[in-house]
Amino acid sequence: MLREGEVRIPSGCAISGIMNKKGEVFSGHDIIQSIALMHDRSNGLGGGFAAYGIYPDFPDHYAFHLFYESAEAKEKTETYLNMLFHIAESGKIPTRRVPSVKNAPLAWRYFAKPKPDALFEDESEDELVVRAVMYINAHFSGSFVVSSGKNMGAFKGVGYPEEMGEYFRLEEYKGYIWTAHGRFPTNTPGWWGGAHPFTLLDWSIVHNGEISSYGANRRFLEMFGYKLTMQTDTEAITYAFDLLLRKQNIPLDIAIATLAAPFWRDIERMSLEKQTLYKAVRTVYGNLLLNGPFSIILGSNKGIVALNDRLKLRSLVAATKADVLYIASEESAIREICPEPEKIWAPRGGEPVIGLFEEGGIQK
Amino acid sequence: MTISMSTPDFLIERDRDRCIKCQVCVRQCANEAHFWDEEEQKVKANDALCVNCHRCVTYCPTHALTIRKYPLEFRENANWTASTIKAIYRQAETGGILLTGMGNDRPYPIFWDHLLLNASQVTNPSIDPLREPMELKTFLGRKPDQLKVEDGHLVEKIPPQLELEVPIMFSAMSYGSISLNAIKSLAAAAERVGIMYNTGEGGLHKDLYKYGKNTIVQVASGRFGVHPEYLQAGAAIEIKIGQGAKPGIGGHLPGEKVGLEVSQTRMIPEGTDAISPAPHHDIYSIEDLSQLIYSLKEATQYQKPVSVKIAAVHNIAAIASGIARAGADIIAIDGFRGGTGAAPLRTRDNVGIPIELALAAVDSRLREEGIRNQVSLVVGGSIRNSADVVKAIALGADAVYIATAALVAIGCHLCQKCNTGKCNWGIATQNPQLVKRLNPEIGAERAANLIMAWEHEIKELLGGMGINAVESLRGNRLMLRGVGLSDRELNILGVLPAGE
Repeated sequence: MLREGEVRIPSGCAISGIMNKKGEVFSGHDIIQSIALMHDRSNGLGGGFAAYGIYPDFPDHYAFHLFYESAEAKEKTETYLNMLFHIAESGKIPTRRVPSVKNAPLAWRYFAKPKPDALFEDESEDELVVRAVMYINAHFSGSFVVSSGKNMGAFKGVGYPEEMGEYFRLEEYKGYIWTAHGRFPTNTPGWWGGAHPFTLLDWSIVHNGEISSYGANRRFLEMFGYKLTMQTDTEAITYAFDLLLRKQNIPLDIAIATLAAPFWRDIERMSLEKQTLYKAVRTVYGNLLLNGPFSIILGSNKGIVALNDRLKLRSLVAATKADVLYIASEESAIREICPEPEKIWAPRGGEPVIGLFEEGGIQK
Repeated sequence: MTISMSTPDFLIERDRDRCIKCQVCVRQCANEAHFWDEEEQKVKANDALCVNCHRCVTYCPTHALTIRKYPLEFRENANWTASTIKAIYRQAETGGILLTGMGNDRPYPIFWDHLLLNASQVTNPSIDPLREPMELKTFLGRKPDQLKVEDGHLVEKIPPQLELEVPIMFSAMSYGSISLNAIKSLAAAAERVGIMYNTGEGGLHKDLYKYGKNTIVQVASGRFGVHPEYLQAGAAIEIKIGQGAKPGIGGHLPGEKVGLEVSQTRMIPEGTDAISPAPHHDIYSIEDLSQLIYSLKEATQYQKPVSVKIAAVHNIAAIASGIARAGADIIAIDGFRGGTGAAPLRTRDNVGIPIELALAAVDSRLREEGIRNQVSLVVGGSIRNSADVVKAIALGADAVYIATAALVAIGCHLCQKCNTGKCNWGIATQNPQLVKRLNPEIGAERAANLIMAWEHEIKELLGGMGINAVESLRGNRLMLRGVGLSDRELNILGVLPAGE
């Protein structure tokens, strides 16, 4: 049977996210409890987490999480990594035995800084990391980059999300942002790389939905050098954010208006100047519009953004209490860990929930 | 002179019980296939002159007329068919090139009919266009790689774009090849539904300037009717290099069609032949094309997108890439099934390639080179219905051109005799008696209705796929599956076989 990446597999899902806006860190316990409540939204074929602020000892190193299916794959990949990066520390990602978790690949992590002479002319360190991630995923069979950002990491695999949380001992980590994903694929993804979140640099995406524009989004992104090896919506959404926010320096609100564009009938009611802007957005980035149902949480070291498709074809609820922002597919998953939020609401289609750290908030 | 060996193509059957001898058929037939026999006091027919355009059938008040294929058969021969033999008789009599009108009618494969569309089931919802917004607005023109936005303002304006409410336009048909009333019908329809029509190489008649914002003005090899106001009048300018029905050859409007109005519009003497050379004599290479593109942009202060129209030929992908790099904002590709007012039969039926394959190859090539968004792709050359439009966009087109379908909407019956100038429906003729048969207001309503009907159907198909904006369909080949195609063809189309 073909595994994920060789075939496109639609999925239904649960997502959840917690962020402390002051940048104070907390353990993975809450996020596991929240996503576990939505057990029935996944089917045991994929679960995962992204955590930010978990590596305070190496805040300026790129933290590479890798899956290896063989010693040979590991050896080849490490030779390649050593060519491009100084590796400050590396080791196996700690796990514990969980009876239901089977066929786990070897999970390894590296704290790395690019070697100056490995950079191409005009290439930034971020771009080198992107190049390395694309290269490893495309060329080293049996190797897969799970995450590659600074002071963050993704933990995922085939199983229910709460099982993955237990397997990767996430209650032992402390972070200021946690996001989680439980997956209900319509097919057997076959391997751990196919689970979510999907990440690039410090972007991570957890996503519920099946975007009908995937083919159009994909072919647009390919023109900008992205290699979509997973054939998943999540991968495409991650690269779309990376292109707009990192590569092209598009402001966040415009990036959001690209992916969940306002309807023409709404644009017609805007001021003339805004009309010109949004018209240009839809003219130039029309192929990046995400069509069909989705709810996503984008994580980064700057904060999180939650977004629904413009028709709101997937559930998404947000809540706040003190300095904490909660987002989940279902209200119950928020109340499970925060029984009495100060504010709780269902964001409208195309209307983002943005949680950015307050000035000086992030504790390194 | 020996006897003609040509036999009629059609048989006119008249039900004598029904015929009331009103002679409508006699008056309606410009080919003079019907005549009144004074002696016998009967309406009679000369079958040999009939082109099967249905004019008499439609107008006969008692439905007394039927036109059938002439039953005379040659001895059965799979190689030497009746049309092949008849063509030789005609050439033996005249010593001339065989001429014809409309598009290639040979039974080549139609790839549209081997492509199937997707629909949503369970894993994502289909969208009901009656309840939810369904957006077809389309922009044609050069798109920058990125926007520059600062403090909520657009810092750099984007290049000029054509704005279409529906991704369909009326393709180039010149004044001369079709009548002024036909053009007025299309121009008014384009204005009504928010799309474009195209002047072809016929210049712009003074009555048509008011439709400027819905007009693409064409510059072709004969440069007929091209002057500064003409270039300024349209919303975009199109350089015509080639046409799907007759790639590699020019055009010829015979002097008898060049009456006063055509002569004034084309800026040529009355009654003279208007001959468009095969190539532009200032374009013998790609760098020459670039000069013409920029000359036209200079002449219009870079306010209008410039399109380059080419016929789909073997090396289309490389040619299109060159055109994009030469500075074109839009590339219009015309497939080998595209129509014409007049073309040599052998050229029409044997030169060029199908638009489906050309489109797929060009879109893929431009994407591989990372320049697809710099240029818009418009395809024509037999888009027959709204499903063809949807399939073309999924393969990668930004919009489509239709001409034959538009003419059929205003009365064309595809008799393929446009070149004779005797169009009984008032479309492909300059004979004032025939032209006035086409009422431009009714024509406009019918052409606009066609676009609106297709618009509804496109929305319905998009909604079924779970898509509510046409830009999410553009180049989305995952929405297509192929049936009955070879691996190689699927490969070129970039489409998976059904079931995979």
